[in-house]
Order: sequence, then C-alpha cells, then structure tokens
Amino acid sequence: MSKHVCENCGSKEAVMRLTQIVNNEMSTHHLCEVCAAEKGIESPPEAANFPLTDFLSQMGEERGEAESEPDLDCSFCGLKYSDFRAAGRLGCPHCYETFEVPLRRLLRRIHGGVQHVGKVYLPPDPTASALEKRLEGLRRKLRRAVGGEDFEQAAELRDQIQSLEVARPV
Amino acid sequence: MNDFTAIPDYGLSWLEASGDHADIVLSTRVRLARNLQGHAFGPRARVNDRESVLKAFKAAVERTDSLAGSSLLLMPDVAPRARKILLERRLVTRDLLGDADGSPPLGTAVQLSSRDPVSVMVNEEDHLRVQSLLSGLRIEEAWRLVDRLDEDLGRELPYAYHNEFGFLTSCPTNVGSGLRASVFMHLPGLVLTKEIGKVLQGLGQVGLTFRGLYGEGSEVVGNFFQVSNQTTLGKTEEDLIDHLDRIVRQVIQYELHARQVLLRDARGVTEDKIWRAYGLLRYARSLSFEELMNLLSGVRLGLSLKLLPGLRVYTLNKMMIFTQPAHLEQAAGHDLPPPESDAHRAAYVRRILATEGEISGDDSGPGDPPSPTGSNGR
Repeated sequence: MSKHVCENCGSKEAVMRLTQIVNNEMSTHHLCEVCAAEKGIESPPEAANFPLTDFLSQMGEERGEAESEPDLDCSFCGLKYSDFRAAGRLGCPHCYETFEVPLRRLLRRIHGGVQHVGKVYLPPDPTASALEKRLEGLRRKLRRAVGGEDFEQAAELRDQIQSLEVARPV
Repeated sequence: MNDFTAIPDYGLSWLEASGDHADIVLSTRVRLARNLQGHAFGPRARVNDRESVLKAFKAAVERTDSLAGSSLLLMPDVAPRARKILLERRLVTRDLLGDADGSPPLGTAVQLSSRDPVSVMVNEEDHLRVQSLLSGLRIEEAWRLVDRLDEDLGRELPYAYHNEFGFLTSCPTNVGSGLRASVFMHLPGLVLTKEIGKVLQGLGQVGLTFRGLYGEGSEVVGNFFQVSNQTTLGKTEEDLIDHLDRIVRQVIQYELHARQVLLRDARGVTEDKIWRAYGLLRYARSLSFEELMNLLSGVRLGLSLKLLPGLRVYTLNKMMIFTQPAHLEQAAGHDLPPPESDAHRAAYVRRILATEGEISGDDSGPGDPPSPTGSNGR
C-alpha cells in the first residue's frame, strides 16, 4: 500500500484501507490506527487460545454487520465468505484475492500485520522485485550462517546468491 | 512401499534423548504448510485435485536429492493398524486419516525420509506439510532441515504464493511463513508449585501458545505441554524460531527453579510421589494410557532430580510410544479391547523396567544424599 495521510485526522499516516460498499457504490478510505479504532474498525492484535471460528463470529458481532455485508463467493472454488466464517478455512489460493478486504482485516488481527517478510518463493519466471526480495532473504540467511560459524551452509548460500545475481536483469 | 511394519523404528529417532535438556524437552518439531497453485485446499479439494497434487509431488520427489531413498506411504493402502501407528508416532495427523472408521481419502500420503528426520504429509489440510521431528531442544536444526527440503521442493513445484501475504494456506492462522515450530515439554515442577498458570498466560502475551500431546484440541496429560508460535505472518522464519527458542529456554529455567523449590520445601512428599509412581509402574497389572502418562511424569521428574539412579530418558521416551494402543496391538499381533490393552500396557512397562530400569529403592533413608550417577540420557 502506498503512503497516505489519514483522511479522518489529516495528520497521522494511514495504515489501513477501508473499502465500503453502500448502495452498490464502492468507496475507499485511508485511516490511521487511532481513527480506525475510534470507528470501531480495528483493535490491537489479540494473542488468544480460542478457535478461529469463534474469533470470526465474534468479529462479525462486534461490527454488527455480519448480515448486511454482501456474501462474496470465490469464482475459482465457489466458497462463500459466510462458509469461511463458519468453518475458518479458505477454499483455494484464489480466495485470498476474492476476500482480500475482509481477510486483510482478519490477518491484521490474528498476526498483528499483513506483510510477509520471510522466505520469498521464486516462480519459474520471477519478476525483478521478487528476485531482489529473494536475494535479500538469502543474504540475511548468509549473515546468520556466518554468525553461527556454519561455513558449509554459508558456502551453499553464497553460491545461490551468486547464481541469482547473474540471472538478475540489470 | 506400503508395508510400513517392516520398518519398526520409522520416525522414532527423536526417542534417543539427545539434544539440549532432553529430560525436560522431549522433542522439537518444525513444519511448513505449502500449497500448489490451481487446486482447492484440502477441505474443499476434489479427488482429481488431490490426485494431481500427489502426482506433482511424486514427480518433484524424484528430482529432489534430499529425499533420495525415502518412501511414500499412500494412506488408503496402509493397513488400519499401521495407520494408527503412524499417528501414534506423530508422523501423520488425524486430519490426514479422515474419518476414524472409514478409509482415508484418495490421494492422502506421507513421504518418510530414511536419511533425515523429515517427512511430508500430502493432501492434509494443506497440500503439503513439510516437517522435521528431533529429540530435545533443537529448533534451529529442525528449521534447517525443513528449510532445505522446502527449498528443494519449491524449485520443482508451483507453490501458491502472494507477494503481500506470503505462502497461502487453508487456514489464515498459518499464512505467511506457514511455519509452526513446537517444543514438547515436561513441566511437572511448575504444575506442582502451581506456577504453571502464570507461565502459560505469559506465553499468550508473547505470541506463543500451548497444547496437549496430540496437537490442537488435545488435553494436557502427564504435565506434558506443546509450546509453539501463534503467529506466522509479519516475522521472518528466523525471528519466529529464535523467539520460541528464547522463551522455551526461559520456561526451562522457571521449571528448574520450581524443582529446586520442591526439593527445598517438600523433599519428602516429592520423593514419595516419585517412588510411588515408580512402584506402580514396576508392579501394576493394568494401566490405562492416561494413568501411565501421569506415572511416567513422576518417574521422569525423579530421573531429572537424580532420585532414580539407573533409569535413562530413552527408556521413558520409548515407554510413551510403545504403550499406545496400536503399538501394543502390533506387538500382540491382534486387536486389544481396552481391558486387555491395559493389561498388555502394564506387562510391557514391567518388562522394560525389569531390563532397563531395575532400581533398588531400599538403601536410602530419609535425608541420604541421592546418587549422582547414571541419571543422564544415553
């Protein structure tokens, strides 16, 4: 998400995007954490030991809009968002795009953030930015291997990094 | 290769009681959840999805050096008792096996490496669950093993991956790294000193969670806890495992402290509990699995405190696995309804203790110093 200033207070950086559909009109708002919380949209991540389905149904109740939200369904696997709320399991990789907006909110609450920063998977024909991220990750691992004096792994990682650097478009 | 019973030690290298703090930390597991593009996830997968996933996986395994010499067990082809044995060894999950009474769904399988303690479940909740199970506290090593295997498989398979959300999974609690690292701990000191509630609550506050012996939803039996990371998105895999390692080492320190408190303030009661547990195990004629786990907890504490010289952690680990229902049936060669199963369990425990754990408890009176010898793992 590119950087926006919160539309509500106009001072803090917007950290979430709120997409609303009212009378078939979609609108997008950018809000900072504080203003979003005031609007009852977001609260800090909770680390709790209770099942995801309880969590999901509770989220709906808190916002009081479980019934009024349109029930999207995934064009690939046919899963409805209401099915997901009941079972706590997504149907296929495509569901992550179909339900992106409510999922982003959910992921933020479960994990405290939505941006993956771990291992980068390289598809057979990677984009330049994917390659760059992948290289970053490998360099991080290399530093760790050297720090832990695991020179065998370090040598392997160095080879991987070199082969990717050669493949990288300049 | 579906005659799993020909390889009785499969997946049991973690029993050996090597690795850090093996008396307190029984085992370390790290798993990665991975899915392939273009197919519905486990719960919504149709037979042709599962078969395509399995086919793609098999082709990838053939080109993966780190799985050379490994075996693929197709769950529907594995005999019911052998399936339960795999479950009892924690190499497969109940989810993989499907309904308890029916046959597992077509396409469900597990790939077992013969070289490293790694395995891959195919067509569980996620298409692939790459896991490593090691003895003692060895999170980093377990991570390395799964990371390497995952890298190899990822070169061959089109993983479902999203630039923002990372590796996509059936359950949103696994998305991102797909990594769950868990450490299986024995914490009787904290339970007996009633400090455990605080510790478990603390785990929640630092992003960790705990479960019983068999994972999600299972009860805590015998003071055994599985501690694992709660979140998977927004942190690097290394940060997740370092964090778990750091916290687990802290919990070990609390446990050791609690044990010192027990010895200082309640030595008599503690020793009595431990010897009673040993005595029951050594002579009982019928033991339910739950009772056994509780008694093993007492004996394990005695071993750690060097109050039961001559016993090895390995012997206790082995008893936990081989006294489970399907393992007893395998040894007996026929089905065992519960009363019979309890008798076989007690007989197995007596036999093992007679050969590997005979201790004379008569020679130490109150206040005698415990023998310092022979109480380490193998």
